[in-house]
Amino acid sequence: MTAVVAYEPTSVHPRLGPDGANVEIRDFSLWYGQKQALFANTFDIQRGLVTALIGPSGCGKSTLLRCLNRMNDLIDGIRIEGSMRLDGAEVYGAGVDVIALRKRMGMVFQKPNPFPMSIYENVVYPLRVDGIRDRTLLDETAERALKGAALWDEAKDRLKESALGLSGGQQQRLCIARAIAADPDVLLMDEPCSALDPIATSRIEELIDELKGRYTIVIVTHNMQQAARVSDNTAFMYLGRLIEYGETEAMFTNPKLERTQSYITGRFG
Amino acid sequence: MSATIETLETRSDAPTYTRSRITALGALGEPFQWLLAGSLALGMTMIVGFLLLVLWNGASALWPKPIHLVTFADGTRIAGEPTRTEEFRVGAERLATLDEAARQRIRDLSGYAWRTLYRTGNFDFYNDDFRWAADFEVRQVEAPADLYFVERLEWGSFVGRIASVEVAGERLAIDDARAVAAHREAQRRLGAIRSLEHGAIGQVNARIERERLALRRVAITQSEASPEYAEAKVRADARIAGLRAEYQRLADEVQRLKAEDQRYRVTLVEIGGKDKTLRLSEIVRFYPANAVGWFDRLGIYLSRWGEFLVDSPREANTEGGVWPAIFGTFAMTLLMVIAVAPFGVVTALYLREYAKQGRMVAIVRISVNNLAGVPSIVYGVFGLGFFAYTLGASIDQLFFPERLPSPTFGTGGLLWSSLTLALLTVPVVIVATEEALAAVPRSMREGSLACGASKWQTIKYIVLPRALPGIMTGLILAMARGAGEVAPLMLVGVVKLAPELPIDGVFPYLHLERSFMHLGFHIYDVGFQSRNSEAGKPMVFVTTLLLIAMIAAMNATAIVIRNRLKRRFAGSQF
Repeated sequence: MTAVVAYEPTSVHPRLGPDGANVEIRDFSLWYGQKQALFANTFDIQRGLVTALIGPSGCGKSTLLRCLNRMNDLIDGIRIEGSMRLDGAEVYGAGVDVIALRKRMGMVFQKPNPFPMSIYENVVYPLRVDGIRDRTLLDETAERALKGAALWDEAKDRLKESALGLSGGQQQRLCIARAIAADPDVLLMDEPCSALDPIATSRIEELIDELKGRYTIVIVTHNMQQAARVSDNTAFMYLGRLIEYGETEAMFTNPKLERTQSYITGRFG
Repeated sequence: MSATIETLETRSDAPTYTRSRITALGALGEPFQWLLAGSLALGMTMIVGFLLLVLWNGASALWPKPIHLVTFADGTRIAGEPTRTEEFRVGAERLATLDEAARQRIRDLSGYAWRTLYRTGNFDFYNDDFRWAADFEVRQVEAPADLYFVERLEWGSFVGRIASVEVAGERLAIDDARAVAAHREAQRRLGAIRSLEHGAIGQVNARIERERLALRRVAITQSEASPEYAEAKVRADARIAGLRAEYQRLADEVQRLKAEDQRYRVTLVEIGGKDKTLRLSEIVRFYPANAVGWFDRLGIYLSRWGEFLVDSPREANTEGGVWPAIFGTFAMTLLMVIAVAPFGVVTALYLREYAKQGRMVAIVRISVNNLAGVPSIVYGVFGLGFFAYTLGASIDQLFFPERLPSPTFGTGGLLWSSLTLALLTVPVVIVATEEALAAVPRSMREGSLACGASKWQTIKYIVLPRALPGIMTGLILAMARGAGEVAPLMLVGVVKLAPELPIDGVFPYLHLERSFMHLGFHIYDVGFQSRNSEAGKPMVFVTTLLLIAMIAAMNATAIVIRNRLKRRFAGSQF
């Protein structure tokens, strides 16, 4: 079916969080139609830590991230094998309530995608979807989420204005506020800074630092420095396989495998 | 690698290519650009020319023109408004009857002569509204100040002198202020008579009819022998007797007003000496065409526009107003949009968002697109056969058995017309909605789904609001097409003259089963079906102008709404 790819040894030496694994991925493979995109990946994502997924374009890191909250369900002709468990419960099991599953995870996308509504309505959207009408609850949630996303000071006087009037960096922080508004367990970030300028990027990175501990954060990034700065563990993927997964500091200073070494130092990818 | 290059360089017969330093015209596409710009210019010219033609003819049609008194060589005289002048070829027979001087002049113009068309009016005297006058037969053209242009309720316009006005037995000259006041009073009285006849008496008649139908219903459901029927009959008879008395009272009132009206009369004398006396209230408007100043002309012009916009038509639609047609067009278009919007949007939503994209959906989509190309008269036939004769007849059987055999919904009407046009325009709405839905960025949907929204919530909160401007565009297109459609309507409910509007003061106020008038059909009717197409010509242009203005106004409103929606999404990066 697919070309045989040479065996890549995997090295796993992550930092273990105090609360154990949040997501357990076991022999997880994925096909887009006939094309295999993920090859039997196995690793755990630690609760409360920041895990960075790095690797060259097309290595499957975004695909893997989108598998966590089943965003890939929207794509036709997808097929998966293996298992993925969130808090011990199978993500791809029979009869799983996908909507309930997604409510436990917030997601931030590559490009800021605020809805064409007011800032306030954007933030409380997850609660609106849950049918909550209690004004005080909505107000408190909006304030808490915007403070959590470090946008409160800038946005508190213009909550009723359109979110589309914000700058790119502010929009992305708004999206983070929206993602954490319904208090999820896991925060998935798919290259959240790739469309932002350096100043906005550093603000987002500071924010990730602040959110660390409260949420399990999985961040896909192309930026090696960013991975080094914000994450506790880093998973290096290549051609749909997990190559090395380890404590960020150790991996960037002393990678176990040569392929990791050459990617990190910029010799390929 | 380097070895290959050396070999190439050393070969003397190797073909060489030097790029030209001048860009060829063909590469620039300049001629195509001219072609494109040319066809655009041609299209624009045609549209602008068409609009100018309609605008000029429509705007000038109601302007009061002078009256010319034409004396022919044989001494006969005619008076009328000159409407147009043209060159014509004089026939041999005609030529033979002329004297040598006239023949010479025609020969000098190589067989042609000029003629003018005069609107002479006075149809009741001469059975003709218009008269040609060739230049060789005219001896003299004057513009006397005492010639009046009189618009009448019957027999069209009158051109001539007003001999006298009889006000309650007293004879007055027309320029007497009392005569003018009497005319105004007569018009007011006529208005009162009409409002009594159409308003109060119409109401009473409708109530009598309702009582009769209610009784008939009891007869059908209970049989005429049943005690319920006898009881209902007693009650109905009592009510009808009361209503009859009311009717009599109103009819007496009308009679009294009419008798009063008879006492105000006017005597008209046309240029040939024939005279006619009619009631003052039969005159709509009169003015000494050659003596009125510019300011008065403007007043007459505006009052004619007012009459045109708010009055009912008379004289086989060639005179009076078009208010019922304006109302009918508007009501039908509105109902059509109300019907087509949910239907088209819901269909497109399912097709785009829920249906599994495959061969079946592709076939459905192609079929929908092809529906837009079906000739509209076919929809008319379908509307008549399905809506009126099948659906309407069933409704009559079920809900209005007492009115049979005269149909209620079983014939053409406003509702069936709107639904037929909704069917005609639904492909436009479906296609536009599908495109609008497809244009909603994927990132929006993903953002919403990632927030834990279901697919339906995502559609409701994110996709539909975002697609609304595009959907509105589809509705605007549908409206523009529907409002201008005439052919199917002729089968399913539009009539030449509808005595009653679809909305009035009689319960249930909105009468969807009634046939109605339509501006598009009005144009066709006045232009081609009236007794004198020349007389209808100004009406055709004015009505065309009005129809265009109305569709433009409706579209402009929709576009304003759409742009307001669009502005909400301004500044969006996607």
